[in-house]
Formats: sequence, C-alpha cells, structure tokens
Amino acid sequence: MKRAANEVYKLPPPLFDARCAACWFVLGVVALVGLSFWSLDLQWAQFLSWQAFAKMGKFLGELLQPETSPAFLDKLMVATLETLAMSAVGTLLAVMLGLALALPASKTFEGDPARWRALTRLLLNTLRSVPELVWAALLLIAAGLGPFAGTLALGLHTTGVLGRLFAEAIENVPPGPGFALRARGVGESRVFLYATLAQVLPQLMSYTLYRWENNIRAAAVLGVVGAGGLGQMLAFHMGLFQMDETSSVLIAMLVLVALVDALSFASRRWLTH
Amino acid sequence: MTNSLNPSIGNPAAARRDPAWRGRVFWALAALVMLWPMLVLSEFKPWVLVEPGALKPTLHFLGDFFPPKMNSEFLTMVARETWRTVAIATAGLTLALVLAVPLALLSVRVLSISALTGRMALLPGVLRQAVRWLLIVLRSVPELIWALVFVRVVGLGPTAGVLAIGLTYGGMLGKVYAEILESGETHATRSLLHNGSGRLQAFLYALLPQNAGELTSYTVYRWECAIRSSAVLGFVGAGGLGQQMDASMKMFNGSEVATMLLVFMALVGLADRVSAWLRRGLA
Repeated sequence: MKRAANEVYKLPPPLFDARCAACWFVLGVVALVGLSFWSLDLQWAQFLSWQAFAKMGKFLGELLQPETSPAFLDKLMVATLETLAMSAVGTLLAVMLGLALALPASKTFEGDPARWRALTRLLLNTLRSVPELVWAALLLIAAGLGPFAGTLALGLHTTGVLGRLFAEAIENVPPGPGFALRARGVGESRVFLYATLAQVLPQLMSYTLYRWENNIRAAAVLGVVGAGGLGQMLAFHMGLFQMDETSSVLIAMLVLVALVDALSFASRRWLTH
Repeated sequence: MTNSLNPSIGNPAAARRDPAWRGRVFWALAALVMLWPMLVLSEFKPWVLVEPGALKPTLHFLGDFFPPKMNSEFLTMVARETWRTVAIATAGLTLALVLAVPLALLSVRVLSISALTGRMALLPGVLRQAVRWLLIVLRSVPELIWALVFVRVVGLGPTAGVLAIGLTYGGMLGKVYAEILESGETHATRSLLHNGSGRLQAFLYALLPQNAGELTSYTVYRWECAIRSSAVLGFVGAGGLGQQMDASMKMFNGSEVATMLLVFMALVGLADRVSAWLRRGLA
C-alpha cells in the first residue's frame, strides 16, 4: 500500500476522543458548572428586578454619607488599632507555637527517628484546614465576645500554616553545619540554635511577614462573628441599620486593606530590586 | 598569640557564652516593650479561658463533640449542604470568569496596536489603567463584606454567596490573568499584530496558546480557594455548610458541629488533592 507523501487531505481530528484527557476535563467542568447552577435556586429574577435595583441604589446612596463626628472617629481609630493588634499578637502566637510544633514535625538529619513527625503533621493540618472565621466562632464560647477570641483564632489557624512551612524549611536546610556540630558532640538544642535556626531565619522571617499581611486582612473581617476589631463594629452598626456609621467602618476597612496591599507591594519591590 | 585575638580559647566559660548576647537581650526587651500595648488592645487575657464561668460551658460543648452526630437524616442534610457549598463556589467562579476574561483582555498592554510604534495613545492608555483600577477595587473588598451587602439586598441564601465570590474572584482572576499574559514572551503576538491581524486574532493564536496551561492552573487553584471561602460565607447567611454550622454553634450543639467540622475538613482536603492533581496534569 502506498502512503501519500503528505497528509494534506487528512481530516481534522474528531472533537471528542475517549482517550483525550483534555476532552474529559472540559466535559467534567461543563457538567459541574451546569449542575451547580441547576441545583442552586438562584434568585436572578429577584436580584435583577427593579425592586432590587432600587434597594441597592438606596443602600449605596445611604453609604455615601459617612459619619465623621470626632467621637465616632475616635472609636473607629481604636477599632482599627485593635484590628492591627489582633493580627500582630495572633501572628506572634503562631510563630511561637508553629516553631514549637515544627521541630517535632521535621526530620532534621539522616537517621533521625522523628517519632512524632506524622502525629504533629496531622495536628498542623487540622489547625490549618479550619479557617480563621470558624475558629473564631468556636472560640467565642470559651473566650467570650471581643478581640481575644479573634486573636486566638488567627493564632490557631496561622500556627497550622506557619508550622508546616517552618517544618519544610527546617527539613530543606543544607546539612553541613549541623553535621559538623553533631560530629563534635554538641547537643541537639545547640545544634538547632547555632546551625539550623541561623540558616533558616531569613526564610522564617519572610514567611512570618507574609502571613502577618494576610492576617491583617483577615482580622478586618473576622469580627463579623463577634470577635473584635473593625468587623465587629461593622456587624453591629449594619445590624442596627445605622448606615452612616456602617459606611465609615467600610471605608476604614478598605483603606486598611489598601494600605497593607500597597506597603507589601512596595516592600517586595524594594527587596527584589 | 592567637589567644589575644580570640580570648575564648583557653577560657572555657567564655567559650560557652553566646558572643552576641548583648544585642539579643536588648532586642528581646525592646520587643517586649513594643508588645505591651498590643496585648492590651487585643485584650489578651488567657486566664479567662480557665475561669469556671467560661470553662464549664466550653467543656460541656467539647464533651458533646464525641460522638459526632451520625443519624441518616442529619447526614443527608450535611451532604446536601456540602454540595451546595461546592456549587456556590463553582457558580461564583463561573461568574468571576465572565467578569474577568473581558476585563483582562481590555487591560492587557501587549494587545495595544498604538503601542506597536512607540507610546500607547492617550485614550487606550487611560482605558487600560481604568480597567486595572476597577479590578483592584473589586479584588480588595473582601468577599465576606460583599456577602454581607448582598444578603441585605437579595436576602439570605446562596445568591448572595455566588455574587460575592463572583465579584471578588472576578477582580483577582482579571488582575492575575493580565499579569500572566504580559509576563510571557510577546514576540509571536507582536508579529501577528505587525502583520495586520486583529487584536482578538492575535490573542487567540499567539497569547492564549502560549499561556493556556498557566491560566488554567491558576483558575483551578482559585476554585479550591473559592470552596474554602464559600464555606465561610455561610456564617453571614449566604447558604451552604457555614450557615448550618453557625446555626448549630448558636444552639451549642457540639455533636452536630463535630460532624460538620469533620466534613468540612474532608472537603477542604479533597479540594486540595483534586486541585493539586489537576494542576500537575496541566503543567
């Protein structure tokens, strides 16, 4: 049988082929999206109705007159500082707990039995997979309303995140200096302080700063379940339909988030250039 | 001779001492002084946790966690709410794509025809910058705030959650799409534009095929994040697992909360695995 020198007249490949992974992927995505829209009774009609637009317009109109009396602004300032303090203390708590858990969660040298590795990792994953807001709602029962519950919630979730990152950083450290100290009979704690920690410290710092930035953003909204800071103020005033105050709190929140974004962008640019 | 350079040799006490201890002690004290107002502001009082008034309900609530509630009626409800959580995330992300793709296309500088020969013209430049700012504004309002606002307008239920995720993630996806499209090699795009192809053609035949893998992988990652946040949005009344969890917590029903927490962790873990697997397949 003679083959054509070129395959100009060959038909294009069929659109669907049972062995084509991309086709199955697309089909799966389409099915998932279709099922999602179908199963949720979304009230588009209600949302796109004239009434809803009027409501939205009225709502936005009310937001245009922020409350600016000095007494209220003082309260807002305190809430903003509270949000910042929550994020800072929560992150600090997480650094300490995370480092304490990262040590048993990492295999530091060849032949290290690392007995607690699996168990600590499971604990870290559990802490990490529950979001800050759920932690806050759970902790309200133990710590009561207010910023302390929010701080603990941020701390617990961030412990999971940082602990895992720290453990990975510790495991990936070049083994030379630690080996040199161990060969001379230096104890484990001093090996950690003078070889491992010294090498991973810049990485730990950058992880911590990155999480702190995240936590400021999280702390701003965390309060809507009652855990202090700007969020609690927002939920309070919105619940009472005090739109002027709500608007001021919203503006304060957006300014805080935008400032953090701008600062982190600027510092990243400064560090990399 | 060497001893005068390094006094620690021959002096075992000095050898054991940390050479930088003065700096360390100073900075530790300075940090403590800085920390104090922070602790006051965040009302950091760990002892309230063990006060009998707080400890008793906590222990009662935690004791109720075991055994988690497992009857079939409740499990069916949890399964339905879990699906709703996934569905809110998926529908929200679809909405976000509808928003993000046109906006990203509008803001990509590589597709500017006037920029091929020198500076971009004034009007397209202003338009691109305006779209960019719109994306940043959409992204910087947390989805929880959008959800609070939409719950006010459309009432309790999944519509508010879908809209909230759609708007925030629309901003995120649009901004990152534009960044991905601009970061790669632009030679093919520019030669198509130079030879007279339209902007959409240049996008479809040069920019998109070059970056398709990265774009899809980022979208899958964001889908995973959307599942996490859709579960949380329920706490302000936007439907799904979060709303049920909130209701059970308010009734101090530990066994229900325990089941839902387990399901929630399993869902997040599963989304994590699926997304990692898909992204590995795409890379």
